Amino acid sequence: MSIKTTIPVISKEAAHFQVVPGEVPVLNIRNLNVRSKNAQILKNINLVVPKNKITVLLGPSGCGKTTLLKCMNRLTDLYSELKLDGSIEIDGEDILSGKYDITQIRQKMGLVMQRPFPLPMSIYDNIAYGLKIKGIRKKSIISEKVEKHLREVALWDEVKDRLKTSAQRLSIGQQQRLCLARGLAVEPEIILADEPTSALDPISSRVIEEEFLKLKADYTIILVTHILRQAKRLADFVVFMYYGEIVEYGPASEIFENPKTDILKEYLRVGH
Amino acid sequence: MTLRRKLEEKFFRVLTALVALLVVFVLAHILYTIISKGASSLSWEILSQEPKGGFYMGGGGGIVNAIAGSFYLAIGASILAFIVSLPVALFINIYLIRYRRLLIGVRFFLDVLWGIPSIVYGAFAFTIMIFFGLRNSLGAGIVTVGALIAPIMIRAMDEVLKTIPIGLQEASYSLGSTKTETAYKIFFKQALPGFATAVLLAFGRGIGDAASVLFTAGYTDHVPRNLSDPTATLPLSIFFQLGSPIEEVQNRAYAAAIVLTFIVLCISITARVLYRKK
Amino acid sequence: MTKRILIDNISSKWMLVCLSFFLLLPLAIGTGLVLKSEDLLTGHTLSSLIFSADWSPSEDKFGFWPFILSSLWVTIIALIISMPLCLLAAIYLSQFAPKWLLEFMRPVIDILAGIPSVVYGVWGVLVIVPLVGDTIAPFFNNESLGYSILAGALVLAVMSIPYILNMLLEVFRQVPVELGEASLSLGATKWETIKHVFIRKGATGILSAYGLGFSKALGETIAVMMVIGNVVQEPASVFDAGYPLPALIANNYGEMMSIPSYDSALMFGSLLLFVIILAINILFRYLIYKSEEK
Repeated sequence: MSIKTTIPVISKEAAHFQVVPGEVPVLNIRNLNVRSKNAQILKNINLVVPKNKITVLLGPSGCGKTTLLKCMNRLTDLYSELKLDGSIEIDGEDILSGKYDITQIRQKMGLVMQRPFPLPMSIYDNIAYGLKIKGIRKKSIISEKVEKHLREVALWDEVKDRLKTSAQRLSIGQQQRLCLARGLAVEPEIILADEPTSALDPISSRVIEEEFLKLKADYTIILVTHILRQAKRLADFVVFMYYGEIVEYGPASEIFENPKTDILKEYLRVGH
Repeated sequence: MTLRRKLEEKFFRVLTALVALLVVFVLAHILYTIISKGASSLSWEILSQEPKGGFYMGGGGGIVNAIAGSFYLAIGASILAFIVSLPVALFINIYLIRYRRLLIGVRFFLDVLWGIPSIVYGAFAFTIMIFFGLRNSLGAGIVTVGALIAPIMIRAMDEVLKTIPIGLQEASYSLGSTKTETAYKIFFKQALPGFATAVLLAFGRGIGDAASVLFTAGYTDHVPRNLSDPTATLPLSIFFQLGSPIEEVQNRAYAAAIVLTFIVLCISITARVLYRKK
Repeated sequence: MTKRILIDNISSKWMLVCLSFFLLLPLAIGTGLVLKSEDLLTGHTLSSLIFSADWSPSEDKFGFWPFILSSLWVTIIALIISMPLCLLAAIYLSQFAPKWLLEFMRPVIDILAGIPSVVYGVWGVLVIVPLVGDTIAPFFNNESLGYSILAGALVLAVMSIPYILNMLLEVFRQVPVELGEASLSLGATKWETIKHVFIRKGATGILSAYGLGFSKALGETIAVMMVIGNVVQEPASVFDAGYPLPALIANNYGEMMSIPSYDSALMFGSLLLFVIILAINILFRYLIYKSEEK
């Protein structure tokens, strides 16, 4: 079975207008292509991400989900072998155009990674780091925000007595919540989460998932996962990717209950 | 981004680049200085003859005593070091592999051994020689330099052996091989190119070392004929000739420095090419 | 079959013998040097040996202070020069430079680290000694022949660069990429990420590289000996000649049998060097192992 034939016949132009009626778009990706030296990693991606919703990027590993996520805050800059073209608009600014200050664009997005990577400093400083970079100098404001964001991820009560100890001594679940809080502290519009529970035990995973459901009231969340059940629990919208292409995109209910392509049907049936 | 942050970023980008450039420049300057100073004195005579009468006063002759001496010494030391290093490296990776703490301990210890300066090896070897009433000789030099370069060789071999999967070892046992057979037939073959690199690296270190042979190998104007003869070495030949106030002698020191640098560069480049091909 | 087992037995015993040899070597070196120093230690107190500046072997006066002081001066100044250079160069190569440059420089630095110290010494005599004597010293209104602590320190600094740089590149290589991504995604610039995150994360490794560089420089003999002047005195300024410990040992082994206690004194010098360097090595290697374990 050739993969090509399973892709829905939507014109590339039309793909861009797949905005669900009634949703406010925050992120608009048009004709995004990513190539490395000898492979095309992302092919003609068109995607509009709606505000205050959880959009899940779903697909088997190696399909380009993580690369797509890294394009959104241009961490792809770190990999000089990657060539990007197309556009990614946030607030009407095309972040790929190079006209805008990338450090400010990155502050519009908080990143949560597969494994927690606490910065090599105290719990307090982990949160304060982004604030100081934003130029906030006043101690009282910083303390206030540290507390606020640690509460936001339900970590405050667990760590309030040891804010000055090294973040690396926290449990891995706590570390991941700290990393989430660290990202929230710069007050982003969007949270980019790359398989945020893959290194965690089931209980910590649940805590993170619950956080996400709460956080979507204030933030837009883009979540990469390959866990089908997690996608079902969290997703408002689902983007199903396969070999660097978006195969299907739509509201979660539609995608899970009424898949159009054979490849997605197969994926949902096997369930991984 | 505020202007200050932007400037800071730019400043350090430029500063670090400049420093990297400076470092490369200085190191290149060393090679340049040696070559430009010594090239004019480099001749077939220097490479092929022993020092003649009045050599250190500017008389004729060459440094073949030091070139040959250095090669004998470094080859002997490398062979000796190989004979004791190979079993140690194999032992670590076959017998100790199951005892993690011990393994870490031994590696740690070898790294520390690596740090002991060659002058201390030289001084220690000298006391041993006096104790047994031995004279300065090629043989004593070989043993001293051998002990000096063995830790380097062991650790380099160890790094190669580390990469061999433990499954290979188990497969060999399951076919009925003894540990020794596994060690020498399976591991040795697998790691051969890496071993060649390890030996060459140690050889390069051995041929360039001066402080350890100062006490032990002595110095002579003749190419040594057997292990109990004293021997000249290139580093010491350079050192002694440079100490002379006579310009011709000094120039020969520069020429000798080119020879030594050339040998060492050839060896370390070969070592790396070998390792890359693996 | 029995023959195979026999060979296996003999071979494993031989392996053990070789390993034991290396495990016992430092112990043997230490013991040997202590035994040889005993002559000296019975006639003199340890503190008088270390802190007295009175050195005249023919009168049985062995004050090591001038040598210890010279060694410390030259090594510390060398490290002060090379530490920031190595760190900045390592940051450039590992963080800012294109990948191919790093890949190219890694073996080059490795090869430079293998250049014999006598070659660095020759370069020192040709370039650094005149530079210090004719340019740097007059600039500071000082007279110097050029053969001085400063010349030794400069040569030593250059020699230690490939060694330390190599270790620093390894330190930066071991910092996980994701840690950088985490910092960048918070809006930090590359330099801010390096300054606040990478340097802090690699602090133990950087410190260890410096420590091992220090111990390596302390034991360096021939190159320093060629440019430092070898005059027994307590150096008053960096333009004075000095006489570090390794040079003392190397310069006098020939005549040491002719004066009583002299050989014992030189072995005591070796012992000092050995103990200090061993201690530094153990400390910083331990730190490296600790940080790798994490």
